Amino acid sequence: MSGFLAGLCVAVLPVLALGVWLGRRTARAKSLAGLGTPVEHATFETLHTASLAAPPLRAGLTEETARRSARKLRSLLGTDALCLTDRAQVLVWDGDGAHHRGEIMERLAGALDTGRGEAFQLTCDSLDCSVRWAVVAPLTVDDRVHGALVACAPRESAVLVRAAGEVARWVSVQLELADLDQSRTRLIEAEIKALRAQISPHFIFNSLAVIASFVRTDPERARELLLEFADFTRYSFRRHGDFTTLADELHAIDHYLALVRARFGDRLSVTLQIAPEVLPVALPFLCLQPLVENAVKHGLEGKAVSPGKCHIQITAQDAGAEALVVIEDDGAGMDPELLRRILAREASPSGGIGLSNVDDRLRQVYGDDHGLVIETATGAGMKITVRLPKYQPGVHSAGRLIRE
Amino acid sequence: MNSSYAVPAVALVVVATVLVGAFGLRISRTTSDFYVASRTVGPRLNAAAISGEYLSAASFLGIAGLVLVQGPDMLWYPVGYTAGYLVLLLFVAAPLRRSGAYTLPDFAEARLASQAVRRLAGAFVVGVGWLYLLPQLQGAGLTLTVLTGAPDWLGGVIVAVVVTAIVAAGGMRSITFVQAFQYWLKLTALLVPALFLILAWQSDGAPRHAFDEPAAFREQRVVRVDDSIDLTLDRPLPVTVTGTVDGRTHTDTRLELPAGTHHIERGTRLTFAEGATVPHAERSGGGNLSTSQAESREERPLYATYGLILATFLGTMGLPHVVVRFYTSPHGVAARRTTVAVLGLIGAFYLLPPVYGALGRLYAPELTLTGDPDAAVLLLPDRMIGGVGGDLLGALVAGGAFAAFLSTASGLTMAVAGVLTQDVLPSRGVRHFRLGTVLAMAVPLAASVLVGGLPVADAVGLAFAVSASSFCPLLVLGIWWRRLTPPGAAAGMLVGGGSALLAVAATMAGYPGQGAALHALLAWPALWSVPLGFLTMVLVSLATPGRVPPGTAGVLARFHLPEELRTEVTT
Repeated sequence: MSGFLAGLCVAVLPVLALGVWLGRRTARAKSLAGLGTPVEHATFETLHTASLAAPPLRAGLTEETARRSARKLRSLLGTDALCLTDRAQVLVWDGDGAHHRGEIMERLAGALDTGRGEAFQLTCDSLDCSVRWAVVAPLTVDDRVHGALVACAPRESAVLVRAAGEVARWVSVQLELADLDQSRTRLIEAEIKALRAQISPHFIFNSLAVIASFVRTDPERARELLLEFADFTRYSFRRHGDFTTLADELHAIDHYLALVRARFGDRLSVTLQIAPEVLPVALPFLCLQPLVENAVKHGLEGKAVSPGKCHIQITAQDAGAEALVVIEDDGAGMDPELLRRILAREASPSGGIGLSNVDDRLRQVYGDDHGLVIETATGAGMKITVRLPKYQPGVHSAGRLIRE
Repeated sequence: MNSSYAVPAVALVVVATVLVGAFGLRISRTTSDFYVASRTVGPRLNAAAISGEYLSAASFLGIAGLVLVQGPDMLWYPVGYTAGYLVLLLFVAAPLRRSGAYTLPDFAEARLASQAVRRLAGAFVVGVGWLYLLPQLQGAGLTLTVLTGAPDWLGGVIVAVVVTAIVAAGGMRSITFVQAFQYWLKLTALLVPALFLILAWQSDGAPRHAFDEPAAFREQRVVRVDDSIDLTLDRPLPVTVTGTVDGRTHTDTRLELPAGTHHIERGTRLTFAEGATVPHAERSGGGNLSTSQAESREERPLYATYGLILATFLGTMGLPHVVVRFYTSPHGVAARRTTVAVLGLIGAFYLLPPVYGALGRLYAPELTLTGDPDAAVLLLPDRMIGGVGGDLLGALVAGGAFAAFLSTASGLTMAVAGVLTQDVLPSRGVRHFRLGTVLAMAVPLAASVLVGGLPVADAVGLAFAVSASSFCPLLVLGIWWRRLTPPGAAAGMLVGGGSALLAVAATMAGYPGQGAALHALLAWPALWSVPLGFLTMVLVSLATPGRVPPGTAGVLARFHLPEELRTEVTT
């Protein structure tokens, strides 16, 4: 009996899931059905169909997007067949008469060159073929013809010519938006490229000065520091890959701190607590080092009056599908209001662009949920929390894990 | 059984788990040395963690019980559970690690760039996870009942509450250490008593008729029947009865039961003489780890064995809590080495449960009648050694059993909660992960309390069969076949996994009854549902050649190239 109950439960679960899914899909259409006059209703329907066709086209004109929008566009026009082409080939043919594909492409050449719409009769041997006339409306973005929308009908119709022209213009607008999207993505990529690897010139000057000071007194130490410096700059300037692993980033931080320690000696102490599970996590290149640099600066600044010690704690914890990285210092802290303005880029920070730069890159890569979380107050130190998803589409560390 | 040692042992295991989980990281990894801090998890430690998470109630108690009841045929279970990792090693481990995916839905998204397939994979992860959690909770209930006589559901509730609390409070921060600790605990808990039991067996003159058919009582033994059963006798059996047999009440009466089937009412006391053969019992209502469809095996043993082999060989790679552990390996080669080490560790562990099963046939054959053959592992130390020593060894075994429930259940809960938080519940954040944890545990707990005596080995088998029919095609084709398309993957998972799910749901619901040819087909679905899943995936993919995701070549190159050779891979 209990076995029967169990079996029933197992069998009912998928049915429930299916029900919820179907319910979600149909809910919107139904809520519109009982609304307004028939004319208003028809308007709703048209707008709804148009809005359904838009999202695929926003990704540009490809076979995939054309296929997903063609049926909606055809129901918008109410023709027997609809076809979308780019400059070279038919991307999709929705409806009857797909055997006209080749013919359409041949006859299209003129329209694609001039960018002007036209209508022509199709030659067909098969008697029951309902596709006799084709109306061509070019798709233009910034005066360049990207392709054409071809609506086919049994007979010539001025209404269809007009409607096809309007729909083509609407599709063109979507494609323009897609173009905009693309250039926005390119802009973000360029921004990331520009943002990355900004090691501060001050750091280079200071490091070289420290190394110089050791050259006579302790040549061996100077040599070691020079090697650390080389390692750190090699990591910072490397050109392949926008992402790295937490393990590699920690190594870079190690090299950085070795140089800083050479300058400040015992005044700086660091405690680490890194969960080994999160070491392989991929993250934007050089996004923790600026935070540590910031912590060092604040930690030592606060004690500038009476040279005391600064303690920095770096922890990385395993939290399910995310890694939680916390960088904490016991230094001067900062006025939260000032910090807010720095992150909003309303005020320029005293030195470096570390925090807002890292915040921007994290948001661009992982979305707005994953910006920096900073807890601070004047004189109370600063605690910066970063949440890094273990997996994010498109984020792959360029592997360099040769060490064992 | 004396519970004065066992209960503290179980409590100790729970406390130790919580402590290692909460403080293991702080103690072992707080340092000012970057070299120490960025030391990755070695293959051996990670392998111990994977093994600790993998060895569940079914392994710890179930296999011994199956061997006790069914004999050496059941050794296919440990073989299958181990060999799954061989398949994982050969086809999946390194590419899966290189894909950068943390969970199976991540893999689906990384390979096919499709949100729909990702969600479908998420649904299957939740389904497989819940099915696998169910036997853990019921095993805990059984263990606690055997140890203290507590009601069935209490052990499950305790494990559920403990696991939910630990996971939701973030107590599994140092999960690798916890799970590795659990593996060694489980191994010790079986190995040490096993050594003593073998010594006791030696001093007993090393009787060798463990697998004689049928098993026989070695001394006069009183058996109390807790659930009504039907005894099938091949030949007449002398027995002393207090209670109801075949509807007639006896009080301390000596009977000679003729050959045939006899109905024994619950609460009846049977006293068997020395040398009497152990009769074959059939239970009216299930209620333990071992009865299961083992019975249906007898109808078509060859088919059932192959079904079992295929499900366990191919199902291991789709277990959500196993897959996430591979992320800890720093690179693909380490993932492969880890898998090799897992094979060794798990292989070593699986040598032990059959020993308990064999000894159980010698020293506690009446367990097939009382309905708790899974208790064999727990009862043997007391039975064979006795005294304080036996109690202490029994307590050790009980602690190990609880380690098995805790580790597997916490790993599964984390995996299921992760998917629920990411793909099902609306927004993100820590609080939502807690909500996900509660939800991940609440459903199987409710199911285990509601449906009570579900044959547990079936639920494990179901989880393996569903995983083998849905995730195995996705992983193998996703890694090795460049023409896989999102619609193909979705269709394959739905048809393969869905049909496996329905088949075993039908079996559990008792359709069609024993004996029908269809019954064996539905009870061991892997043999047809796995090829069905593969076939659907291939055919639908071939039918939708236009939907091969762009960038497939780059993705596959990343899967298969060693990390050192990898330069900029643009997708």
